[in-house]
Amino acid sequence: MSDIKLKIIDREGVLHEVDAPTDMNMNLMEVVRSYELAPEGTIGICGGMAMCASCQCYVLSDHQLPEKSDDEEAMLSEAFFVKDNSRLGCQIHMTDDLDGLEVELAPAED
Amino acid sequence: MIKTDILIIGAGPTGLFAVFEAGLLQLKCHLIDALPQAGGQCSEIYPKKPIYDIPGYPEVLAGELVDNLMEQIKPFQPGFTLGERAETIDKLEDGTFVVTTNKGTKHHAPVVAIAGGLGSFEPRKPLLDNLAKYEDNGVAYMIKEPEMYRGKKVLIAGGGDSALDWSIFLADIADEVTLVHRRNEFRGALDSVEKVQHLKNEGKINLMTPSEVVALHGENALEKVTVQNVDTSEETEVEVDHFIPLFGLSPKLGPIADWGLEIEKNAIKVDNSYDYQTNIPGIYAIGDVNTYPGKLKLILCGFHEATLMCQSAYQRIFPDKKYVMKYTTVGGVTGFDGTKKEAPKAVVKSID
Repeated sequence: MSDIKLKIIDREGVLHEVDAPTDMNMNLMEVVRSYELAPEGTIGICGGMAMCASCQCYVLSDHQLPEKSDDEEAMLSEAFFVKDNSRLGCQIHMTDDLDGLEVELAPAED
Repeated sequence: MIKTDILIIGAGPTGLFAVFEAGLLQLKCHLIDALPQAGGQCSEIYPKKPIYDIPGYPEVLAGELVDNLMEQIKPFQPGFTLGERAETIDKLEDGTFVVTTNKGTKHHAPVVAIAGGLGSFEPRKPLLDNLAKYEDNGVAYMIKEPEMYRGKKVLIAGGGDSALDWSIFLADIADEVTLVHRRNEFRGALDSVEKVQHLKNEGKINLMTPSEVVALHGENALEKVTVQNVDTSEETEVEVDHFIPLFGLSPKLGPIADWGLEIEKNAIKVDNSYDYQTNIPGIYAIGDVNTYPGKLKLILCGFHEATLMCQSAYQRIFPDKKYVMKYTTVGGVTGFDGTKKEAPKAVVKSID
Protein backbone atom coordinates (compact mmCIF):
# COMPACT_ATOMS: atom_id res chain seq x y z
CA MET A 1 0.00 0.00 0.00
CA SER A 2 1.77 3.11 -1.15
CA ASP A 3 -1.05 5.49 -2.05
CA ILE A 4 -2.99 7.71 0.33
CA LYS A 5 -6.13 9.74 -0.35
CA LEU A 6 -6.12 13.51 -0.04
CA LYS A 7 -8.85 16.12 -0.31
CA ILE A 8 -7.57 19.35 -1.82
CA ILE A 9 -9.69 22.46 -2.32
CA ASP A 10 -8.16 24.53 -5.11
CA ARG A 11 -8.04 28.34 -5.30
CA GLU A 12 -11.39 28.41 -7.09
CA GLY A 13 -12.99 26.52 -4.22
CA VAL A 14 -13.31 23.23 -6.11
CA LEU A 15 -12.75 20.04 -4.11
CA HIS A 16 -10.47 17.40 -5.62
CA GLU A 17 -10.03 13.92 -4.19
CA VAL A 18 -6.68 12.60 -5.29
CA ASP A 19 -4.35 9.69 -4.68
CA ALA A 20 -0.86 10.54 -3.57
CA PRO A 21 2.05 8.09 -3.53
CA THR A 22 4.05 7.81 -0.32
CA ASP A 23 7.02 6.06 -1.92
CA MET A 24 8.07 8.77 -4.38
CA ASN A 25 9.58 11.27 -1.93
CA MET A 26 6.80 13.70 -2.83
CA ASN A 27 5.47 16.62 -0.84
CA LEU A 28 2.02 18.21 -0.92
CA MET A 29 3.11 21.02 -3.26
CA GLU A 30 4.35 18.47 -5.77
CA VAL A 31 1.14 16.46 -5.51
CA VAL A 32 -0.84 19.64 -6.31
CA ARG A 33 1.41 20.32 -9.30
CA SER A 34 1.25 16.74 -10.55
CA TYR A 35 -2.54 16.99 -10.72
CA GLU A 36 -2.29 20.57 -12.07
CA LEU A 37 -4.67 21.87 -9.40
CA ALA A 38 -3.06 25.32 -9.66
CA PRO A 39 -1.58 26.86 -12.82
CA GLU A 40 2.14 26.29 -13.43
CA GLY A 41 4.13 29.28 -12.29
CA THR A 42 1.72 30.09 -9.46
CA ILE A 43 2.75 27.31 -7.08
CA GLY A 44 6.11 25.94 -6.01
CA ILE A 45 7.94 28.91 -7.47
CA CYS A 46 11.09 28.41 -5.39
CA GLY A 47 11.00 24.70 -6.14
CA GLY A 48 10.27 23.57 -2.60
CA MET A 49 12.94 25.32 -0.52
CA ALA A 50 10.48 27.09 1.81
CA MET A 51 11.73 30.30 0.26
CA CYS A 52 8.46 31.53 -1.20
CA ALA A 53 4.93 31.06 0.06
CA SER A 54 3.29 30.12 -3.23
CA CYS A 55 2.36 26.67 -1.92
CA GLN A 56 0.75 27.95 1.29
CA CYS A 57 -2.32 25.95 2.27
CA TYR A 58 -4.74 25.73 5.17
CA VAL A 59 -4.94 22.37 6.90
CA LEU A 60 -8.62 21.55 7.47
CA SER A 61 -8.47 18.04 8.95
CA ASP A 62 -7.01 17.35 12.38
CA HIS A 63 -4.05 15.27 11.25
CA GLN A 64 -0.93 15.43 13.34
CA LEU A 65 1.59 17.13 11.07
CA PRO A 66 5.33 17.36 11.66
CA GLU A 67 6.47 20.54 13.44
CA LYS A 68 7.35 23.54 11.28
CA SER A 69 11.03 24.02 10.64
CA ASP A 70 12.61 27.41 11.35
CA ASP A 71 12.64 28.14 7.63
CA GLU A 72 8.95 27.38 7.24
CA GLU A 73 8.07 29.38 10.34
CA ALA A 74 10.09 32.36 9.07
CA MET A 75 8.56 32.22 5.59
CA LEU A 76 5.03 32.02 6.95
CA SER A 77 5.74 35.03 9.13
CA GLU A 78 6.30 37.08 5.97
CA ALA A 79 3.61 35.51 3.79
CA PHE A 80 0.20 37.02 3.18
CA PHE A 81 -3.24 35.52 3.99
CA VAL A 82 -1.65 33.54 6.83
CA LYS A 83 -3.98 31.80 9.29
CA ASP A 84 -3.34 29.64 12.35
CA ASN A 85 -3.67 26.51 10.22
CA SER A 86 -1.35 27.71 7.45
CA ARG A 87 1.44 25.44 6.26
CA LEU A 88 3.76 25.38 3.29
CA GLY A 89 2.79 22.44 1.08
CA CYS A 90 6.41 21.82 0.09
CA GLN A 91 7.26 21.01 3.71
CA ILE A 92 4.55 18.36 4.12
CA HIS A 93 5.86 15.00 2.97
CA MET A 94 3.47 12.29 1.93
CA THR A 95 3.43 9.59 4.57
CA ASP A 96 0.92 6.85 5.38
CA ASP A 97 -0.42 8.65 8.46
CA LEU A 98 -1.55 11.57 6.27
CA ASP A 99 -4.24 9.39 4.65
CA GLY A 100 -7.43 11.44 4.48
CA LEU A 101 -5.66 14.79 4.87
CA GLU A 102 -7.82 17.72 3.83
CA VAL A 103 -6.30 21.04 2.79
CA GLU A 104 -7.29 24.23 1.03
CA LEU A 105 -4.84 26.18 -1.14
CA ALA A 106 -4.28 29.75 0.05
CA PRO A 107 -4.90 32.49 -2.53
CA ALA A 108 -2.09 33.39 -4.90
CA GLU A 109 -0.29 36.58 -3.88
CA ASP A 110 -1.67 38.61 -6.76
CA MET B 1 21.86 52.90 -28.05
CA ILE B 2 23.65 49.69 -27.01
CA LYS B 3 24.37 47.47 -30.02
CA THR B 4 25.11 43.77 -29.85
CA ASP B 5 24.63 40.52 -31.77
CA ILE B 6 22.49 38.62 -29.27
CA LEU B 7 20.55 40.57 -26.68
CA ILE B 8 19.91 38.26 -23.73
CA ILE B 9 17.11 39.12 -21.35
CA GLY B 10 17.92 37.57 -17.99
CA ALA B 11 21.39 37.08 -16.51
CA GLY B 12 20.77 33.77 -14.77
CA PRO B 13 22.84 30.65 -15.47
CA THR B 14 21.18 29.99 -18.84
CA GLY B 15 21.68 33.57 -20.08
CA LEU B 16 25.28 33.59 -18.86
CA PHE B 17 26.15 30.32 -20.55
CA ALA B 18 24.60 31.58 -23.81
CA VAL B 19 27.36 34.23 -23.82
CA PHE B 20 29.97 31.46 -23.94
CA GLU B 21 28.32 29.52 -26.76
CA ALA B 22 27.76 32.73 -28.72
CA GLY B 23 31.38 33.72 -28.15
CA LEU B 24 32.61 30.49 -29.73
CA LEU B 25 30.72 31.65 -32.84
CA GLN B 26 32.28 35.13 -32.57
CA LEU B 27 28.91 36.63 -31.62
CA LYS B 28 28.80 39.35 -28.97
CA CYS B 29 26.20 39.42 -26.22
CA HIS B 30 24.64 41.98 -23.94
CA LEU B 31 22.46 41.01 -20.97
CA ILE B 32 19.62 42.88 -19.29
CA ASP B 33 18.47 41.93 -15.80
CA ALA B 34 16.06 43.56 -13.37
CA LEU B 35 18.22 42.50 -10.44
CA PRO B 36 21.30 44.54 -9.55
CA GLN B 37 23.60 41.50 -9.89
CA ALA B 38 24.06 38.62 -12.33
CA GLY B 39 23.03 35.07 -11.46
CA GLY B 40 19.22 35.24 -11.39
CA GLN B 41 17.54 32.93 -8.88
CA CYS B 42 20.90 31.35 -8.04
CA SER B 43 22.17 34.65 -6.62
CA GLU B 44 18.90 36.11 -5.42
CA ILE B 45 17.06 33.18 -3.85
CA TYR B 46 19.52 30.45 -2.94
CA PRO B 47 23.20 31.42 -3.35
CA LYS B 48 24.26 29.25 -0.39
CA LYS B 49 22.29 26.15 -1.41
CA PRO B 50 23.97 23.21 -3.10
CA ILE B 51 23.01 21.92 -6.55
CA TYR B 52 23.74 18.25 -7.30
CA ASP B 53 22.73 17.86 -10.94
CA ILE B 54 25.15 20.06 -12.85
CA PRO B 55 27.01 17.57 -15.05
CA GLY B 56 30.58 17.18 -13.87
CA TYR B 57 29.95 18.83 -10.50
CA PRO B 58 28.98 16.30 -7.79
CA GLU B 59 28.05 19.33 -5.69
CA VAL B 60 28.24 23.07 -6.33
CA LEU B 61 26.76 26.02 -4.47
CA ALA B 62 24.41 28.08 -6.61
CA GLY B 63 26.46 31.21 -5.97
CA GLU B 64 29.64 29.36 -6.86
CA LEU B 65 28.13 28.17 -10.13
CA VAL B 66 27.37 31.78 -11.04
CA ASP B 67 30.94 32.84 -10.17
CA ASN B 68 32.29 30.05 -12.38
CA LEU B 69 30.02 31.01 -15.28
CA MET B 70 31.12 34.64 -14.99
CA GLU B 71 34.73 33.46 -15.12
CA GLN B 72 34.00 31.20 -18.11
CA ILE B 73 32.39 33.99 -20.17
CA LYS B 74 34.86 36.73 -19.19
CA PRO B 75 36.92 36.42 -22.42
CA PHE B 76 33.78 37.21 -24.42
CA GLN B 77 33.32 40.57 -22.69
CA PRO B 78 29.54 40.56 -22.28
CA GLY B 79 27.83 43.87 -21.62
CA PHE B 80 25.36 44.20 -18.76
CA THR B 81 22.37 46.45 -18.13
CA LEU B 82 21.59 45.52 -14.52
CA GLY B 83 18.85 46.80 -12.24
CA GLU B 84 16.63 47.56 -15.24
CA ARG B 85 13.67 45.60 -16.53
CA ALA B 86 13.15 44.95 -20.25
CA GLU B 87 9.90 46.75 -20.92
CA THR B 88 9.13 47.01 -24.64
CA ILE B 89 10.31 45.45 -27.88
CA ASP B 90 10.08 46.99 -31.34
CA LYS B 91 10.79 45.15 -34.56
CA LEU B 92 12.47 47.40 -37.10
CA GLU B 93 11.94 47.17 -40.86
CA ASP B 94 15.20 45.28 -41.36
CA GLY B 95 13.99 42.57 -38.95
CA THR B 96 16.21 43.65 -36.06
CA PHE B 97 14.91 44.53 -32.61
CA VAL B 98 15.09 47.43 -30.19
CA VAL B 99 14.46 46.54 -26.56
CA THR B 100 13.88 49.41 -24.12
CA THR B 101 14.12 49.07 -20.35
CA ASN B 102 11.95 50.71 -17.70
CA LYS B 103 14.68 53.31 -17.32
CA GLY B 104 14.71 54.09 -21.03
CA THR B 105 17.97 52.32 -21.95
CA LYS B 106 17.74 51.16 -25.56
CA HIS B 107 19.36 48.01 -26.93
CA HIS B 108 19.59 47.11 -30.61
CA ALA B 109 20.24 43.54 -31.82
CA PRO B 110 19.34 41.22 -34.69
CA VAL B 111 18.54 38.42 -32.21
CA VAL B 112 16.81 38.53 -28.83
CA ALA B 113 17.10 35.55 -26.46
CA ILE B 114 14.73 35.63 -23.52
CA ALA B 115 16.34 33.75 -20.64
CA GLY B 116 14.01 35.30 -18.12
CA GLY B 117 13.56 32.37 -15.74
CA LEU B 118 10.54 32.95 -13.54
CA GLY B 119 10.30 36.55 -14.70
CA SER B 120 11.68 39.72 -13.21
CA PHE B 121 11.87 39.99 -9.46
CA GLU B 122 9.46 42.59 -8.10
CA PRO B 123 9.10 43.65 -4.46
CA ARG B 124 6.33 41.89 -2.56
CA LYS B 125 3.81 44.47 -1.45
CA PRO B 126 1.81 44.22 1.77
CA LEU B 127 -1.95 43.90 1.43
CA LEU B 128 -3.06 47.35 2.56
CA ASP B 129 -6.08 49.17 1.15
CA ASN B 130 -4.67 52.54 0.18
CA LEU B 131 -1.09 51.44 -0.42
CA ALA B 132 -0.95 52.65 -4.03
CA LYS B 133 -2.02 56.15 -2.98
CA TYR B 134 1.15 56.62 -0.94
CA GLU B 135 3.61 54.98 -3.32
CA ASP B 136 6.35 57.56 -3.93
CA ASN B 137 4.49 59.66 -1.38
CA GLY B 138 5.90 58.06 1.72
CA VAL B 139 5.84 54.39 0.77
CA ALA B 140 8.84 52.81 -0.99
CA TYR B 141 9.83 49.17 -1.48
CA MET B 142 13.54 49.70 -1.81
CA ILE B 143 16.00 52.25 -0.55
CA LYS B 144 17.77 54.02 -3.38
CA GLU B 145 19.08 57.19 -1.74
CA PRO B 146 19.52 56.79 2.01
CA GLU B 147 20.17 60.53 2.31
CA MET B 148 16.53 61.33 1.63
CA TYR B 149 15.69 59.81 5.02
CA ARG B 150 17.95 62.22 6.92
CA GLY B 151 16.07 63.73 9.84
CA LYS B 152 12.89 61.84 8.92
CA LYS B 153 10.71 59.36 10.80
CA VAL B 154 11.05 55.99 9.09
CA LEU B 155 9.17 52.75 9.71
CA ILE B 156 10.60 49.57 8.22
CA ALA B 157 8.62 46.31 8.12
CA GLY B 158 10.10 42.87 7.57
CA GLY B 159 12.10 40.18 9.31
CA GLY B 160 14.93 39.36 6.93
CA ASP B 161 18.39 40.66 6.23
CA SER B 162 17.36 43.71 4.27
CA ALA B 163 14.96 44.91 6.99
CA LEU B 164 17.69 44.44 9.61
CA ASP B 165 20.50 45.96 7.57
CA TRP B 166 18.56 49.04 6.53
CA SER B 167 17.29 49.61 10.08
CA ILE B 168 20.90 49.57 11.27
CA PHE B 169 22.05 51.86 8.46
CA LEU B 170 19.22 54.37 8.84
CA ALA B 171 19.55 54.47 12.64
CA ASP B 172 22.42 56.90 12.09
CA ILE B 173 20.68 58.98 9.45
CA ALA B 174 16.99 59.16 10.22
CA ASP B 175 15.45 61.01 13.13
CA GLU B 176 13.50 57.93 14.21
CA VAL B 177 13.65 54.32 13.03
CA THR B 178 10.90 51.87 13.89
CA LEU B 179 11.23 48.22 12.92
CA VAL B 180 8.03 46.19 12.76
CA HIS B 181 7.97 42.41 12.34
CA ARG B 182 5.26 39.80 12.73
CA ARG B 183 7.44 37.61 14.94
CA ASN B 184 9.91 38.17 17.74
CA GLU B 185 12.51 36.16 15.80
CA PHE B 186 14.37 37.61 12.87
CA ARG B 187 15.87 35.63 10.02
CA GLY B 188 19.18 37.25 9.22
CA ALA B 189 22.89 37.18 9.80
CA LEU B 190 23.58 36.76 13.52
CA ASP B 191 25.74 39.86 13.47
CA SER B 192 22.86 42.01 12.15
CA VAL B 193 20.41 40.63 14.70
CA GLU B 194 22.84 41.47 17.51
CA LYS B 195 23.41 44.98 16.16
CA VAL B 196 19.68 45.67 16.08
CA GLN B 197 19.41 44.38 19.64
CA HIS B 198 22.20 46.77 20.64
CA LEU B 199 20.60 49.75 18.86
CA LYS B 200 17.27 48.91 20.45
CA ASN B 201 18.88 48.91 23.90
CA GLU B 202 20.45 52.27 23.11
CA GLY B 203 17.05 53.61 22.09
CA LYS B 204 18.12 54.20 18.49
CA ILE B 205 15.70 51.70 17.02
CA ASN B 206 12.14 51.39 18.17
CA LEU B 207 11.34 47.68 17.83
CA MET B 208 7.70 46.59 17.55
CA THR B 209 7.21 42.81 17.59
CA PRO B 210 5.21 40.70 17.08
CA SER B 211 3.34 43.31 15.11
CA GLU B 212 2.27 44.33 11.66
CA VAL B 213 1.21 47.48 9.89
CA VAL B 214 -2.53 47.29 9.29
CA ALA B 215 -3.47 50.77 8.04
CA LEU B 216 -1.95 53.86 6.45
CA HIS B 217 -3.15 57.41 7.04
CA GLY B 218 -2.45 60.84 5.57
CA GLU B 219 -4.16 63.57 3.58
CA ASN B 220 -1.91 63.54 0.53
CA ALA B 221 1.35 62.11 1.72
CA LEU B 222 1.81 59.43 4.38
CA GLU B 223 1.57 60.85 7.91
CA LYS B 224 0.73 57.96 10.21
CA VAL B 225 0.44 54.18 10.27
CA THR B 226 -1.49 51.84 12.51
CA VAL B 227 0.56 49.01 13.95
CA GLN B 228 -1.27 46.05 15.44
CA ASN B 229 0.22 43.65 17.95
CA VAL B 230 -0.29 40.15 16.54
CA ASP B 231 -0.78 38.54 19.98
CA THR B 232 -2.92 41.11 21.75
CA SER B 233 -4.55 42.84 18.73
CA GLU B 234 -3.72 46.10 20.49
CA GLU B 235 -3.34 48.95 18.00
CA THR B 236 -0.77 51.75 18.14
CA GLU B 237 -0.60 54.76 15.87
CA VAL B 238 2.90 55.76 14.81
CA GLU B 239 3.69 59.07 13.14
CA VAL B 240 5.95 58.47 10.15
CA ASP B 241 7.24 60.23 7.06
CA HIS B 242 8.26 57.00 5.35
CA PHE B 243 7.02 53.42 5.42
CA ILE B 244 9.38 50.90 3.82
CA PRO B 245 8.00 47.34 3.63
CA LEU B 246 10.87 44.93 2.90
CA PHE B 247 9.14 41.59 2.32
CA GLY B 248 11.52 40.21 -0.27
CA LEU B 249 11.01 39.80 -3.98
CA SER B 250 8.75 37.60 -6.02
CA PRO B 251 9.10 36.86 -9.72
CA LYS B 252 6.59 38.10 -12.30
CA LEU B 253 6.67 37.37 -16.02
CA GLY B 254 5.91 41.09 -16.35
CA PRO B 255 5.97 43.11 -19.57
CA ILE B 256 7.36 40.19 -21.63
CA ALA B 257 3.88 38.70 -21.40
CA ASP B 258 2.67 41.56 -23.65
CA TRP B 259 5.24 41.15 -26.42
CA GLY B 260 2.93 39.09 -28.64
CA LEU B 261 4.62 35.82 -27.74
CA GLU B 262 2.61 32.66 -27.35
CA ILE B 263 2.27 32.01 -23.63
CA GLU B 264 1.22 28.75 -22.00
CA LYS B 265 1.34 27.92 -18.29
CA ASN B 266 3.07 31.23 -17.51
CA ALA B 267 5.89 30.34 -19.89
CA ILE B 268 6.79 31.12 -23.51
CA LYS B 269 6.09 28.43 -26.11
CA VAL B 270 9.06 27.53 -28.29
CA ASP B 271 9.99 25.12 -31.05
CA ASN B 272 11.86 22.42 -29.15
CA SER B 273 12.29 20.26 -32.22
CA TYR B 274 14.85 22.72 -33.56
CA ASP B 275 16.14 25.94 -32.06
CA TYR B 276 13.92 27.19 -29.20
CA GLN B 277 12.60 30.04 -31.31
CA THR B 278 9.28 31.62 -30.32
CA ASN B 279 6.37 32.42 -32.61
CA ILE B 280 8.20 35.67 -33.49
CA PRO B 281 11.19 34.86 -35.73
CA GLY B 282 14.40 36.21 -34.22
CA ILE B 283 13.11 36.00 -30.65
CA TYR B 284 14.17 32.89 -28.78
CA ALA B 285 13.27 31.73 -25.28
CA ILE B 286 15.64 29.50 -23.31
CA GLY B 287 15.78 28.09 -19.78
CA ASP B 288 13.00 28.13 -17.21
CA VAL B 289 11.03 30.81 -19.09
CA ASN B 290 10.11 28.55 -22.00
CA THR B 291 7.78 25.61 -22.35
CA TYR B 292 7.38 22.68 -24.74
CA PRO B 293 6.19 19.10 -24.41
CA GLY B 294 8.28 17.41 -21.74
CA LYS B 295 9.91 20.64 -20.55
CA LEU B 296 11.97 20.37 -17.37
CA LYS B 297 13.04 23.50 -15.54
CA LEU B 298 16.61 22.42 -14.93
CA ILE B 299 19.78 24.47 -15.30
CA LEU B 300 21.34 21.70 -17.36
CA CYS B 301 18.44 21.84 -19.82
CA GLY B 302 18.86 25.61 -20.08
CA PHE B 303 22.53 25.12 -21.04
CA HIS B 304 21.54 22.79 -23.87
CA GLU B 305 18.83 25.15 -25.09
CA ALA B 306 21.27 28.09 -25.03
CA THR B 307 23.73 26.13 -27.17
CA LEU B 308 21.21 25.28 -29.90
CA MET B 309 19.79 28.81 -29.80
CA CYS B 310 23.24 30.25 -30.58
CA GLN B 311 23.68 28.01 -33.62
CA SER B 312 20.34 29.17 -34.98
CA ALA B 313 21.12 32.81 -34.14
CA TYR B 314 24.36 32.52 -36.12
CA GLN B 315 22.47 31.25 -39.16
CA ARG B 316 19.99 34.09 -38.81
CA ILE B 317 22.67 36.76 -38.57
CA PHE B 318 24.89 35.24 -41.31
CA PRO B 319 22.50 33.37 -43.62
CA ASP B 320 25.19 32.91 -46.29
CA LYS B 321 28.06 31.77 -44.13
CA LYS B 322 28.97 28.12 -43.90
CA TYR B 323 29.86 26.85 -40.47
CA VAL B 324 30.41 23.57 -38.67
CA MET B 325 30.60 23.22 -34.93
CA LYS B 326 34.13 22.86 -33.60
CA TYR B 327 35.05 21.24 -30.27
CA THR B 328 36.72 23.60 -27.79
CA THR B 329 39.32 20.89 -27.24
CA VAL B 330 40.24 21.20 -30.93
CA GLY B 331 39.71 24.88 -31.58
CA GLY B 332 40.46 26.31 -28.15
CA VAL B 333 38.70 29.42 -26.89
CA THR B 334 39.67 32.76 -28.40
CA GLY B 335 38.31 35.65 -26.38
CA PHE B 336 37.36 39.07 -27.69
CA ASP B 337 39.84 40.38 -25.14
CA GLY B 338 42.76 38.84 -27.01
CA THR B 339 43.15 35.84 -24.67
CA LYS B 340 43.46 32.37 -26.11
CA LYS B 341 43.02 29.10 -24.32
CA GLU B 342 43.92 25.89 -26.11
CA ALA B 343 44.91 22.32 -25.49
CA PRO B 344 48.67 21.94 -25.10
CA LYS B 345 50.28 20.51 -28.22
CA ALA B 346 51.61 16.99 -27.98
CA VAL B 347 55.37 16.82 -28.23
CA VAL B 348 56.83 14.83 -31.09
CA LYS B 349 60.31 13.79 -30.04
CA SER B 350 62.26 10.62 -30.24
CA ILE B 351 63.53 8.92 -27.11
CA ASP B 352 67.19 8.04 -27.27
